[in-house]
Amino acid sequence: MTVGALTAAQAGLVSCEACQLLARPASVEEPGYCRRCGEKLEFRRHASIQITWALIVAATVCYFPAMALPVLNTTQLGVSEADTILGGVAFLYTSGSWPLALVVLVASVMIPLGKLAALVYLLLVVQRGWVGNNYDRTRLYRMVEFIGRWSMLDVFVDTFTVALVQLDPLVSVAPGPGVLFFAAVVVLTMLAAECFDPRLIWDSAARSPVPNG
Amino acid sequence: MSSPLASPVIACADCDLLQQVPPLRPGAKARCLRCGYVLAKRSAAPRDLPLALAFAAAVMFVLANSIPLMDLSVVGRTSSTTIVGGAYQMWVEGEPITGALVAFCAVIAPGGYIAFMLSVLLAARRTPVPHWAAELLRWAIHFQVWSMLEVMMLGILVALIKIAELATVTPGIGVYAVGALLVLFPAITVTFDPHEIWNRVVWLDGDGLPSSPVRVSVAEPQR
Repeated sequence: MTVGALTAAQAGLVSCEACQLLARPASVEEPGYCRRCGEKLEFRRHASIQITWALIVAATVCYFPAMALPVLNTTQLGVSEADTILGGVAFLYTSGSWPLALVVLVASVMIPLGKLAALVYLLLVVQRGWVGNNYDRTRLYRMVEFIGRWSMLDVFVDTFTVALVQLDPLVSVAPGPGVLFFAAVVVLTMLAAECFDPRLIWDSAARSPVPNG
Repeated sequence: MSSPLASPVIACADCDLLQQVPPLRPGAKARCLRCGYVLAKRSAAPRDLPLALAFAAAVMFVLANSIPLMDLSVVGRTSSTTIVGGAYQMWVEGEPITGALVAFCAVIAPGGYIAFMLSVLLAARRTPVPHWAAELLRWAIHFQVWSMLEVMMLGILVALIKIAELATVTPGIGVYAVGALLVLFPAITVTFDPHEIWNRVVWLDGDGLPSSPVRVSVAEPQR
């Protein structure tokens, strides 16, 4: 079976991102709204590359304070102690639950970094027109999209620790400034993944069908 | 070649390739030839099963949000929290943005998803499906991305293990309701076939809409 290489955009059609209805818009600049579901129609997500870059830069900037600043302040019998995310991982490890320490380490430290690296790679692929395996690149994008939500783990851990441990004057826990930066990293990387348009990966392949080194 | 209306042409959401989706057997999936994206699937019971699951999810969601998730006790002092209570505590302890984010991802997004899905599935019991149901289904799809109950559940588990060092923790009924939702949400997604509803929706034919939809095969993929 031969695979046709015609995309909707090449055929002058725009596919609705919500309901996948194909429409032939009167104007390429302003395709309008989907008549079936009301979604705004776009050939490619608006300013995808610029917005994704901006969100990645913002997330990277937030990543450092998220790791360095404390996320929890524990006050036990008048003695205060601040914990960073890595401190929380170390605590879980020393208290004997190393599988959970690994889960938190992967979700909070590795996944945000991996997402940023993957998105930067995909953006460079699109901008530089690097020739390569677009199938695997699309799978990488889907993985970034799917796995991104798990970084919220530490935000939920901190929230429920704070909510439960309110036993003044024995022990109480308050959130630290790191939580906000960490939540920002998660939301910004999730938005970056949503703003990046995977169809651009295939568009660049269509533009340079012959490998040019 | 089969009739274009019988096997609709759609563009892959991930790579934009135009292709014809053949008629599918119940339970079958069609994948994009080029990138492997699931273009279409056909559920065995597309109307009743997701509706029943959505009803169950609505009941569990109310329970999960009204009954405390767990109780904490240490030398006679106790405290307990619900999901919203957790977000509220974050807010009052000086992290309002994080609190709002937690409330959105753990309450508003999953709640909106269930409410919208329930309305859409009830409206889809008759044909044609009214246009407002299409708008709600679109919103349900957008909310689904930010609904993070499974992440929250793992977060609660990690928090419990951390706190277990300090005090005695007793899981409440709320946690079991969240556990039920963790099963019900993917079950709705698996049994629900959005295209079964999209195909029966009333289109908006206002004059202010510049796009004219294409139903038939306008462009065959190049050979």
